[in-house]
Amino acid sequence: MTAIAFPAPDPRILARRDDIIAGLARLVPSECLVVSLDERRAFETDALTAYRKMPLAVVLPRSTEEVSAVLKFLNAEGVKVVPRGAGTSLSGGAIPQEDAVVVGVSKLNRILEIDYANRVARVQAGVTNLGVTDAIMADGFFYAPDPSSQLACTIAGNIGMNSGGAHCLKHGVTTNHVLGLKMVLIDGTVVDIGGDHLDAGGLDFLGLIVGHEGQLGVVTEASVRILRASEGARPVLFGFDHGEEAGACVADIVGHGIVPVAMEYMDRLAIEITEAFAHAGYPLDVEAMLIVEVEGSEAEIDAQLARIVEIARRHNVKTIRQSQSAMEAALIWKGRKSAFGATGRVADYICMDGTAPLGQLAYVLKRTDEIVKSHGLRVANVFHAGDGNMHPLIMYNVNDPAEQAKAEEAGNEILKVCVEVGGCLTGEHGVGIEKRDLMRVQFAQVDLDQQMRVRAVFDRQWLLNPAKVFPLDARLDAS
Amino acid sequence: MTTHIPATETEAAALIADARARKIPLAIEGGGTRRGLGRPTRCAAALSTRGLTGITLYEPAEMVISARAGTPLAEIEAALAEKGQMLPFEPMDHRALYGGAGEPTIGGVAACNISGPRRIQAGAARDHLLGVRLVNGRGEIVKSGGRVMKNVTGLDLVKLSCGAHGTLGLLTEATFKALPRAPATGTLVFEGLDDARAVQCLCAALGSPFEVSGAAHLPGEAPRTLLRIEHFPDSVEYRVKALGKLLAKFGVARQLDEAQSAAEWRAIRDVSALAQPANDAVWRISTAPTRAPALVAAIRERLAARCLYDWGGGLVWLACAADGDCGAAVIRGALATPGGHATLVRASEEARARIDVFQPQGEALMKLTGGIKAAFDPDGVLNPGRMWAGV
Repeated sequence: MTAIAFPAPDPRILARRDDIIAGLARLVPSECLVVSLDERRAFETDALTAYRKMPLAVVLPRSTEEVSAVLKFLNAEGVKVVPRGAGTSLSGGAIPQEDAVVVGVSKLNRILEIDYANRVARVQAGVTNLGVTDAIMADGFFYAPDPSSQLACTIAGNIGMNSGGAHCLKHGVTTNHVLGLKMVLIDGTVVDIGGDHLDAGGLDFLGLIVGHEGQLGVVTEASVRILRASEGARPVLFGFDHGEEAGACVADIVGHGIVPVAMEYMDRLAIEITEAFAHAGYPLDVEAMLIVEVEGSEAEIDAQLARIVEIARRHNVKTIRQSQSAMEAALIWKGRKSAFGATGRVADYICMDGTAPLGQLAYVLKRTDEIVKSHGLRVANVFHAGDGNMHPLIMYNVNDPAEQAKAEEAGNEILKVCVEVGGCLTGEHGVGIEKRDLMRVQFAQVDLDQQMRVRAVFDRQWLLNPAKVFPLDARLDAS
Repeated sequence: MTTHIPATETEAAALIADARARKIPLAIEGGGTRRGLGRPTRCAAALSTRGLTGITLYEPAEMVISARAGTPLAEIEAALAEKGQMLPFEPMDHRALYGGAGEPTIGGVAACNISGPRRIQAGAARDHLLGVRLVNGRGEIVKSGGRVMKNVTGLDLVKLSCGAHGTLGLLTEATFKALPRAPATGTLVFEGLDDARAVQCLCAALGSPFEVSGAAHLPGEAPRTLLRIEHFPDSVEYRVKALGKLLAKFGVARQLDEAQSAAEWRAIRDVSALAQPANDAVWRISTAPTRAPALVAAIRERLAARCLYDWGGGLVWLACAADGDCGAAVIRGALATPGGHATLVRASEEARARIDVFQPQGEALMKLTGGIKAAFDPDGVLNPGRMWAGV
């Protein structure tokens, strides 16, 4: 038995499966419609692989018009819709349900316009995150949000979850970079919001839609800010004997008026696991490690790193590794970027995503360790220290249901600690199904009701990604 | 007019619940320095945040500050400055334009999404607003967001309430992200560029790796084009030089000292150049920078107007005679094809009742806007009609 409940599928919808598929087949060509069991299997889960549900069917439209026609039809038929990017959600945001049709944006994968003078790119929503940067890198530009899954994840998914990444400390997350959207509402209406200018007029629909977790519509196109890359960037690696020293060092760097591009934290177990896989030359004799990256010209980097190293020395830094070449720098990052993958080789894990105020990091780390140990499990910590976004990787055996339940219970307890100290349940992965039942820990019912009233403006019938974000027993429609 | 001044959030909630029950809409007020921003609400009663004051949390090492909505902005900025920090988005002070007294409040900044020149690099108020507490039109106290930098828990009502001009809720507390104040500033001034050349210069600067934090153009008889860099002193020195070299084709720039620089950017932030004559209408137009010069030229063919470009050209401030529709048809007509939006920031109350202050929206978006208003304030108790009729 798994811990997270799914609503029972609607038998009336299941009974009409053939009709629904026939209706979809009238709207899109057969290569855009996935109906066979074997092919549907590719869509039954996302990166929260412990949970799987076979969707009724999958549609992969090729245009906004097709998305509109499909949603209009499904809405009229009362069929639930699960929007999907690349299916890399760690919170189960794209996991289907048996009575729902998955609407995927993977065929909407063209970059439509790159405008360097105005520093904006207009892309179809199925373009990958890295695809945007790849298209502009040669000209010295980049797209700032950089989730670890950036090779695979789509702009649509990034918008759904308001994705962040290691370099968001300086540059901000997805919501800070979206200037315009084209979105299809559940009734098929296409709305254009914002454009290529700053601050779309009227109510901040962009701000509302970024992070909507597929509950307000299907985004088909986005205009995103592109930034000129700095002249250079270089990381430094610090090893500490105590996690508290690393935490204090982070706070002190900020306290000195320095905002690095990234400040990443890894604990002993994460270092060991990663080093065995990536051979990044990480120190194995320390309890905590920081990777701090700064940007600028060579001279500016030297000056900033000198300031940062001086601060680290005040916090008893044990190991200092400054990269002397681009290769060394890449190696330092290779370890960090492969941390999740490396952990996956050692054990199954669930990746938590709570955020805590920086001043509480040491306490939350200590509590994390205690909580996980009390469940007889192990945890590796890899996270964005600069903004308090923690990623404890709780390791367990996916084939042991009792152990999975323990891992989930430990994860829930850790998130409760994050909320208790003034943080939140999720910093960048989204609520999905994973944190859905914890929403009342962070919000009062009146807060959730207000969110659901807003949700109902877009989707009165709760057809869009319906089993996500809000506790199943808390449903509220209009008024 | 009755003005209610609740001393606590609970009291504010009770007042709003009562106003709803008695169907008496409330005008929402902070420091009253932006009364002219929006359509007149014509309420018989007002609700002021002036009794809800005080910084409730400031953690310099976490770069986060919370304050009750009626806290004067000056108090927040002083507290931040003491620790070498600032509000990154450089909120504009509207008193130059409106000529009013009063003290701008942090709640007003949040409710109206007020930013300044640094918005081009650091982001807008809405980008730094981490959390809010508000009382909705049902008299319920609602919280959204929090005090941490990264938070994607649930729908983002924080951004929705930022820039809603008090139409969705009475903000009672706001939490903003702060940033270290750069210890040095350098400003380059190019002279004699026409609008098109000036915007090319600004775009080239913003497309450079030097993190330009201000990019404005002041047209006129002696046009000036300004670029700002804020950083550590050694970096400012290096970047100003490198930028001057990169932009050599636009002429030889002179450099302002710190005091001149601060004064210039304050004036740009507050649109001082267009403040007089005080009876001119003032518009704020958001568009893509490269389209702005042609847009201004098209408007000027039909309307005598003075202007100022900020945000690399993407924000055009425009002053014209307050006759008839204050230029609305010409300005919005010129804007229609290329896209963007225009807000009538200064005009008489009579004019603002008659002319759309905020850009009219398409049918679908207007329907959603009305739906959102009803989701927060079903009986139209809070600042009714401030943004559009019924919103």
